[in-house]
Amino acid sequence: MIDVENLRIRFGDREVVKGVSFSVKKGDSFGIVGESGSGKSTILRAMAGLNESWEGRIAFGGEPAALKRPPGFFRRVQMVFQDPYGSLHPRQTIDRILSELPLVHGMDNIDKRIVQALSDVALPQAARFRFPHQLSGGQRQRVAIARALIADPQVLLLDEPTSALDVSVQAEILNLLSDLREARGLTYILVSHNLAVIAHLCGQVGVMLNGEMVEQLSAEDLRAGKTSHAHTTELRTLSVGLEEPA
Amino acid sequence: MLVDIQNLRIAFESRSSRFEAVRGISLSLGAEKLGIVGESGSGKSLTARALMKLLPSNAAITADRLSFDGIDVLSASEKQMRQIRGKRAGFILQDPKYSLNPVMNIGRQVSEAWRTHKGGSKKQALEAAIHLLDQVKIRNPREVAASYPHEVSGGMGQRVMIAMMLAPDPELLIADEPTSALDATVQAEILRLIEELVSERNMGLILISHDLPLVSHFCDRVAVMYSGRVMEELKASELLNARHPYTKGLLNCMPSLTHPRDRLPVLNRDASWLTA
Repeated sequence: MIDVENLRIRFGDREVVKGVSFSVKKGDSFGIVGESGSGKSTILRAMAGLNESWEGRIAFGGEPAALKRPPGFFRRVQMVFQDPYGSLHPRQTIDRILSELPLVHGMDNIDKRIVQALSDVALPQAARFRFPHQLSGGQRQRVAIARALIADPQVLLLDEPTSALDVSVQAEILNLLSDLREARGLTYILVSHNLAVIAHLCGQVGVMLNGEMVEQLSAEDLRAGKTSHAHTTELRTLSVGLEEPA
Repeated sequence: MLVDIQNLRIAFESRSSRFEAVRGISLSLGAEKLGIVGESGSGKSLTARALMKLLPSNAAITADRLSFDGIDVLSASEKQMRQIRGKRAGFILQDPKYSLNPVMNIGRQVSEAWRTHKGGSKKQALEAAIHLLDQVKIRNPREVAASYPHEVSGGMGQRVMIAMMLAPDPELLIADEPTSALDATVQAEILRLIEELVSERNMGLILISHDLPLVSHFCDRVAVMYSGRVMEELKASELLNARHPYTKGLLNCMPSLTHPRDRLPVLNRDASWLTA
C-alpha cells in the first residue's frame, strides 16, 4: 500500500531525513518512534504533500506520488495533527470545518456525510453546530479525525494524535482508531515518542535517530526486548521502567 | 509544616453563574515530595496557584487554612507574597518555550533571577548563573548562558527554568507538568534532576502531572484529584494497592509495552465520586 524508498529531506544545507525506506501493507499500521528532532514528523509531512522539497520515492498503492499532489490524492490520504487546540479553525463551527473538504472536492450528500462522520467518531450530533472552544480536547481530536475520515481515505497519517490529551482520553482515542481501522480497512502511519502507544496500535515499528531509521522491528519483538540497535534498547528500557508504578 | 491546606475551595463567579473548580481540598507537606495527579480540569494547577496567590481576580478562594511556612496566604499582602514567590517557593511551568523571555539571553535571565533575590553586581550574578546552569547539568554552561531560548532544545530550556527557580535557594519547588512538552527520554532526565536537587537541598516538592505511574517514581506521596476533590492520597510505593476506582482506572487505561491488550479499558466516571 505504502512504499517509501530512500527518502531524503533537507532544509537548506542541513539534511534532516537521510535516506529512509519502509513499506506498509494495506490494513497494517506502521509506527515511527524517535526523539524530537529525529525527523519523524518531517517524513510524515513529506508523505502528506505538505513539503515539496524531498528526494527519493513515495508511493501509495503502487502509484508514485508527484511532488505537487493532485487534488484526488487527498481523498485517499489524510492527516491528523498533534494538537487539537491548534488544528481546528477557532471561528468556524464543526459543521463548517467538516464541510470544507467535501465542498472542495465537489462531493454530494454533504449533509449526510457530516452526520455519518460525527457518528463514526462517536460525537453527539449536537456537536455539529458548536465551535471548537465549546468542546473538550478529546472531542476536538475526534473532530480532527472526523475531518480526515470524511474524504473516505485509505491511508491516515497520524502525527502524535494523543500526546496533547489526558491518559484517560488517550485510551478512548486509541480505541476509536483501532475500531475505525478494522471497520474501514484503513492503513495507518503513526508518529509518536511514546513507545507504548506505538506498540499498542502498530504491528511494525521504525526507530528514528538523527534522521536515519536505525531499526525496524515488529511490535512483538519490541515487547519481548529483541532489539538490535542500542537506541531502541535505550528507549525500550526507559519506557518499561517508567510505565510500572514504583 | 511547610504547606498546610485545609478545606480549600476555589470558585469562579460571573454575573449569572458560579462554578466551583476546587471543592474542599486538604493537603499538607513538609520537606518531602508530593505528587498531585488528575485529568485536565481536576483543579490540580489551581490548587498550586492558590498557594502562591496567583489566581485571576474573578476567582473566589476560601479555606479553613491556607498557609506557607506559617504565613497565612489568604490574608497576606501583595508585598508579603512577593517575599514568598520565587524567593521561598519556586514555580516551574509546563512549556519552557513560553516561560522564557525570547529576546534576552539565558545568562541574563538566570542572573536576573539571582540578583533580584540576592543582590550583588552584574558580574557576580552572571558567575552565579553559570554555576547554577552547571548544577542543572548543562555541560557547557558558558556557551548556553550566551545563547537565546530559541537556540536551545526543550529539555535544555526546562533545565534553564529550573536553574532560575533554584537561584534564590527556595524551600519549596512547585513543578506544574514540567515535562509534558518533552520527549520520553528527556522527561525522565528532567524529573530525575528535579528529584536529585530537591533531595540534596532538603526542599519540599509539589509535582503536578497527569501521568500517575511516572509521578510515582519521583514522589513519596501521591494525591489523586478528580473534579476538584482529592479522591485518594497514598504512598507512591503503594500505588498498586490503590483502592479508589478512579485511581485504578487511571492506572489501567494506559497502553503498556509489557502487557499488551487489544482494547484499552476506558475510564467510567461514577457520579458518586463527585459527592463521596
